[in-house]
Amino acid sequence: MPVITYRQALHDAFAEELARDENVFLMGEEVAQYNGAYKVTEGLWKQFGDKRVIDTPISEAAFLGLGVGAAMMGLRPVVELMFWSFAYVGLDQIINNAGCIRYMSGGLINVPMVIRGPANGGTNVGATHSHTPENFLANTPGLKVVCPATPYDAKGLMISSIRDNDTVCFMENTLLYGDLGEVPEGSYTIPLGVADVKREGLDVSLIAHGRAVLTCLAAAEILAAEHGIEAEVVDLRSIRPLDEETILNSVAKTHRAVLVDENKPFCGVSSQIAALLAEQAFDDLDAPVLRVTALDAPAIYSMPLEKLQLPDAQAVVAKVLSSF
Amino acid sequence: MASSLSLPTKPKESASGASETPDWSADRFNASLKPAEKIGFLREMLRIRRFEQQALKHYNNGSMGGFLHLYIGQESVAVGTASLMNGHDEIITAYRDHGHALAVGMGMNECMAELFGKATGCSKGKGGSMHFFAPDKHYWGGHGIVGGQVPLGLGLAFALKYKGIKGCAVAFLGDGAVNQGVVSETLNMAALFELPLVIVIENNGYSMGTSLARSSAVNGSLAKRAEGFCVDWSTCGGFDLYELRANLGAVMEKARTEFLPHVLEVATYRYYGHSVADANAKKYRSPEEIERYKADFDPINLWEKQLLSENVITREAIDAIDAEAKAEAAAAADFAIESPFPTPGSIFEDIYHEVDHQTEAGRTGRHFFSE
Repeated sequence: MPVITYRQALHDAFAEELARDENVFLMGEEVAQYNGAYKVTEGLWKQFGDKRVIDTPISEAAFLGLGVGAAMMGLRPVVELMFWSFAYVGLDQIINNAGCIRYMSGGLINVPMVIRGPANGGTNVGATHSHTPENFLANTPGLKVVCPATPYDAKGLMISSIRDNDTVCFMENTLLYGDLGEVPEGSYTIPLGVADVKREGLDVSLIAHGRAVLTCLAAAEILAAEHGIEAEVVDLRSIRPLDEETILNSVAKTHRAVLVDENKPFCGVSSQIAALLAEQAFDDLDAPVLRVTALDAPAIYSMPLEKLQLPDAQAVVAKVLSSF
Repeated sequence: MASSLSLPTKPKESASGASETPDWSADRFNASLKPAEKIGFLREMLRIRRFEQQALKHYNNGSMGGFLHLYIGQESVAVGTASLMNGHDEIITAYRDHGHALAVGMGMNECMAELFGKATGCSKGKGGSMHFFAPDKHYWGGHGIVGGQVPLGLGLAFALKYKGIKGCAVAFLGDGAVNQGVVSETLNMAALFELPLVIVIENNGYSMGTSLARSSAVNGSLAKRAEGFCVDWSTCGGFDLYELRANLGAVMEKARTEFLPHVLEVATYRYYGHSVADANAKKYRSPEEIERYKADFDPINLWEKQLLSENVITREAIDAIDAEAKAEAAAAADFAIESPFPTPGSIFEDIYHEVDHQTEAGRTGRHFFSE
């Protein structure tokens, strides 16, 4: 199976969907002639031309709104945000329009749009460029939220998201764009709402999404090698819809859960998972649900401290050990 | 403190600088109108007014809640616009949306029931007064956040051009919404991408309780701001249907054929408050001002006089049309009152297309998180 980067996997998803469906178009800042700020769309403008791959001015609210309007008319916009942090100037369009129009029209309208871009800290750019809005966008019924961790998942989830008839907020990670992984040739889909057990284990469930999944996998290796603890790693892949069954099955098996989340702890994704476990897995648990999250402060700029602010494998190992 | 502001009934300035008033009835968009069409416009304006007066009655007696942003006084703008749509044109507006909805052909029953929050409402009781939609009639709402609908209009225009459809998108907004940043972003992108977008500013003089003089640093025309984005602009009075049709017809045609945006500012006036809940509707402007508009610039009165002078209709016929409109509105209220509320189960419907249609994508994972 070919080994390609997370970036290439996304790129291939776009190229295949642009070729398959003439209603799909890409739009965003620097996506066309510049080849993408993070080179995810490299070469697509040359391949598909001005109509299908479109550079925009720095006007997130307007081009997000354009995407909603075009999607209402049956097009399938894939709108890039250079950073998900920049969505904050266009949240009215995402939440009030993309998120609510179907409901407020009594189901007369749907908005088949993908809004995508990186949403991560850890890149030494300070708080305004390091936001992770998956928790509060998932708090809007009407929106879907997807956070892939691997090249394989990135491609299959992106194709599903483009074909989905609802608005999908697709959150990538600049620290993962260069990661390599096996990706089959040709088109394939991964359903939204299906978690993936990335590592099987009997002793503790590590539940995460996005880059934190990789942190969990690294921690699991340390736990196995140094402590004889076999951790199961559950990758949520999509936050909404959420695959509760896989989470609950895993915890029923291991009887312990440690939630690892680069999102902030207060009202974060891990808070939702903790609530789920309290409500539905109480009798399965041999220990309290524990969390390792981003430290609850704006993303700090200073590089050594920034590394401390996000979960790392050692922090996960320590938290798991405290559970036994 | 009552405002002494004298609102324009004609544009203060125009892009062309023309000062003489043309004979709008002879304009090419009006000259070929048949008597039945002219009478139809009157019927539509009367239907909007009687619908809203009926709604107001039930709002005031507590039968419905929400906001109720009445369009009364501005009916000519929505009716004139709908009369110019060519079957491929798309329109979108803000929260003062009842007039546009009825003008494009939505039924009084579904609209009234929506105000009452009933299951038979156009949005099944999920949208309310500010959120009427009829995509089958090229009507994309009905939007509650000031200015938020304008980039959606940009998207409608984008989709028309993308699909090669010879239509235009007409996006309505009020004078207050012009101050939202996203409107400026939209103007720039419409010009940059050469999109068939007609932005119609329905300038009724007040953004809620703030007069134009207190909300815009630009004197005179709001449409003139378009110059800063290389977008053509013009102004017209909105009280006379002929004038509105002549001006809007020309810019819609230009948008369709040349793929160029345009901003048209229409002078109009609302008799009621920003919404019915606007307790100061007669404090930020004088009662005399309101009465002057009712007496001299009421679009329905003006149109009735026009049609009488053309011998297109008789007073008796007008009265009969008005009686029909009142009866239709009263029947719509009865329909709404007798209609059921939505079922509790419907709270979780119409959120995700994939769930509603029980596709594979709608069945995987948990979408809703209530008990």
